[in-house]
Amino acid sequence: MNVELQNISKHFGPLKANDRISFQFGEGRIYAILGENGAGKSTLMKILSGYQTATHGQILINEQAVTLSTPSVAIQHGIGMLYQDPLDFAPLTALENYISGRSGGLLLQRREMVADFHKHCRELGFDLNPHALVEAMTVGERQQLEIVRLLSLGVRFLILDEPTTGISAEQKTQLFDTLKRLAHEDSMTVVLVSHKLADVEELCDEVLALRRGQLVGHEVLPCPTERMVEMMFGKRLDPPQRELVETGRPTLQVEHLPIHARLFSIPEFNLEVNEGEVIGLAGLDGSGQVEFMHTVAGLERPTWSDHVFAVLALIVLWIVFALLLDESPTVMWLGSFSALALIGVSLQAPIVGWVRRQLGQEPIARVQLDQATIANAGYRDLLARGVVFLPSGRLEEGLVKGLTVMDHVALTTRNGKPWINWLGVWRQAKQMIETFNVKGRPLDPIQNLSGGNQQRVSVGLLPERLRLVLLENPTRGLDVESAQRIWSILLKRREQGTSIIFSSPDLDEIIDYSDRILVFSSGRVTLVEDAQDITTAHLGELIGGKV
Amino acid sequence: MDPVLISTFADIVRNAAPLLIASQGELITERAGVVNLSLDGTILLSAMAAFAVTLTTGSLVLGISVAVVVGMVVALIVISSSVFLKLDQIAVGFILTLLCADLSTFLGRDYANRAGKEIPYAPIPILKDIKFLGIGEIFFQHNVLIYFSLFLIVFMGFWLYHTRFGLQLRGLGERPQAAYVRGVRVQFWRFVYVAIGGGLVGLAGATYSLSVRLGWKENLTLGNGWIALAIVIFGAWRPYRIAFGAYLIVGLRALALYLQKEQLLDLPVQIINMTPWVLMLLTLIFVSSGLAERTLVLVPEKWRPAAQRFLRANPPAALGTNFEKS
Repeated sequence: MNVELQNISKHFGPLKANDRISFQFGEGRIYAILGENGAGKSTLMKILSGYQTATHGQILINEQAVTLSTPSVAIQHGIGMLYQDPLDFAPLTALENYISGRSGGLLLQRREMVADFHKHCRELGFDLNPHALVEAMTVGERQQLEIVRLLSLGVRFLILDEPTTGISAEQKTQLFDTLKRLAHEDSMTVVLVSHKLADVEELCDEVLALRRGQLVGHEVLPCPTERMVEMMFGKRLDPPQRELVETGRPTLQVEHLPIHARLFSIPEFNLEVNEGEVIGLAGLDGSGQVEFMHTVAGLERPTWSDHVFAVLALIVLWIVFALLLDESPTVMWLGSFSALALIGVSLQAPIVGWVRRQLGQEPIARVQLDQATIANAGYRDLLARGVVFLPSGRLEEGLVKGLTVMDHVALTTRNGKPWINWLGVWRQAKQMIETFNVKGRPLDPIQNLSGGNQQRVSVGLLPERLRLVLLENPTRGLDVESAQRIWSILLKRREQGTSIIFSSPDLDEIIDYSDRILVFSSGRVTLVEDAQDITTAHLGELIGGKV
Repeated sequence: MDPVLISTFADIVRNAAPLLIASQGELITERAGVVNLSLDGTILLSAMAAFAVTLTTGSLVLGISVAVVVGMVVALIVISSSVFLKLDQIAVGFILTLLCADLSTFLGRDYANRAGKEIPYAPIPILKDIKFLGIGEIFFQHNVLIYFSLFLIVFMGFWLYHTRFGLQLRGLGERPQAAYVRGVRVQFWRFVYVAIGGGLVGLAGATYSLSVRLGWKENLTLGNGWIALAIVIFGAWRPYRIAFGAYLIVGLRALALYLQKEQLLDLPVQIINMTPWVLMLLTLIFVSSGLAERTLVLVPEKWRPAAQRFLRANPPAALGTNFEKS
């Protein structure tokens, strides 16, 4: 199937997200679309997949002009898209996701569909359980499910948006093998949207580059990496540099810390981090990296305090029973006893744990910052001692949507007075914008800044005295250039003895910037002593639990 | 079985009917991703409308139809203001609840405390004579609306989990973007489901004034709309659990009345009226504090996934949000 774009333009007000893009996609080829954030890759793919309609221009399929008004029309024409965060229904099973959006009779015909599902899975070499809930599946499995679903609907032109973010190395290999087979044996067309050059080189036959909405380059692979970088950015980038920093005395010491994550729990966790050291946390999502950082940052108390609310509510209830029903002793006793029983049940595990620790059957968790214990300190307390956590959801958790850059500066500076010195704050914001090269003004609402600039603000707001900074996927959604800027700012902080702990799904990032790597895999933690000596492939195997 | 017990159960089935219909209606609405908080006011207004129309025209069918239309109109105001004016569904619903309640008092002042028609008693032949456990008397000696409430439980359970439309509805409130990508006309179906849900809420109002509480007076339904809303949460957005919740609450009231009459329990009736709220609170604490997860350990390994599915109570993820493409 040949798909041709003719002068595709998409305008959002004055912004030209796509500007007169023309290209012809051929059969049996794998294309890569490269570009910085905001270059217009996603918009173009959304137009191709029917999610958005172009302002001007037309799309031809096998020389016939078509109107792709909705995604389902696009699928009928054989064009399907796998979104970066697969668009599926989390509380439904894989089978229900597979069935939904499919035409047919009134009833679901589960049995026939299971057979159909297995048939298509086998063809692609995927091993998926139709009765598993999607929320319990990994991102890689959810991608496989979407691919199976799209191909079973007759899709011959498959678009994948950043598919290698958040999946394991093993899943990536499997995905790439499948895509190569689909393109080269079944002569389908595959389009990969990515900013990871290594992935592009490994998988694709041809590469297109977009810059500021325009198609600026087209090369047949293999071509030199420098050429691709040049197409993306229009200039050459210096490779990331790491100056060696002398690591000093230990800042963080963790002993026997239990971690409870979504997928796996780690019974005991030990780590010692030195001044100026960078520790990378690798592993699949939900293996405990984020929970570990939360615990260290005091955002997740290690044991029973999360049930305090429940216990408090029950105690209130108990008092209500006791006060209100003094006319009726029967009900009072019944209510009191049931409330007490519930309190007992909710506190049973922590009490048992406490007794076991006292008897020496279970080691006592110890978290120390600069030789002082911080096991039960809250985030506020830790912040004062120089511990900061930056979440990956910048706008959701890290920054406050709706507030300006200046407001954020005012929020983070404490002058010990109940009022704000706006003039001082304005100067400070101005200075931060200059130091960190933020593209924005003090009075811009934070959500109007691009992702890279938002992250620069987050990093710029880090306090002066910083002992330990914990970062969850610090360069999520950032292009190479922005990511390197963030890292150069972060690495500079090491000179004052700050330790850095970060997690990332991008193995290259982990190897490039870490001194040591902790690999979280199925409830086990492996320490890689020298990050410079390990390859991506080996690290991927460690994550997959092979070694 | 004891005849007193049987007639008590029959009463429970009858008195729970409007609560059931209203909460199943709200279930449809919320599964589509829309919160219709106007339930309490809508029920009052439609109860008044049903009674007034029946009294003036003498036609029960017309009265019921008007009640359904009233419910639909109010629900459509909620979704229209959300879709077209980008207003907050909760705020609009809350205002509408107050407005409808006052409107029912005002418009219904000429009809208050008057004798009117009742939906005819229509026992189902053959089935009504089942003596086993009193089934005949409990379930099959009522009127059409009560039968409808029973039918609705089974229908909703089947429809939501075993048909394509049900699957589509579950997706709609969970992740409308994903539904859109699968070719579902999100806004259109939201309007349809919200109208159906609102219609059922209107029908619940008619059930009050034409059958269960017979007649019209100010605040006839005594805040039962709020209880229906609470039952949807208690029922974790699932038809059978919602039915269980509705029967539980009506059953508790019947029990309290019985105990009071027999002087077995020395407590004021207000306490019983508080039970639904206490139950909701306990359920929420139980489910969201992790207590439920901890209790799961007691369940044998084999049954754990099923138990987990039963215990979990996550609202539809897109509940109360407006659908936008990107």
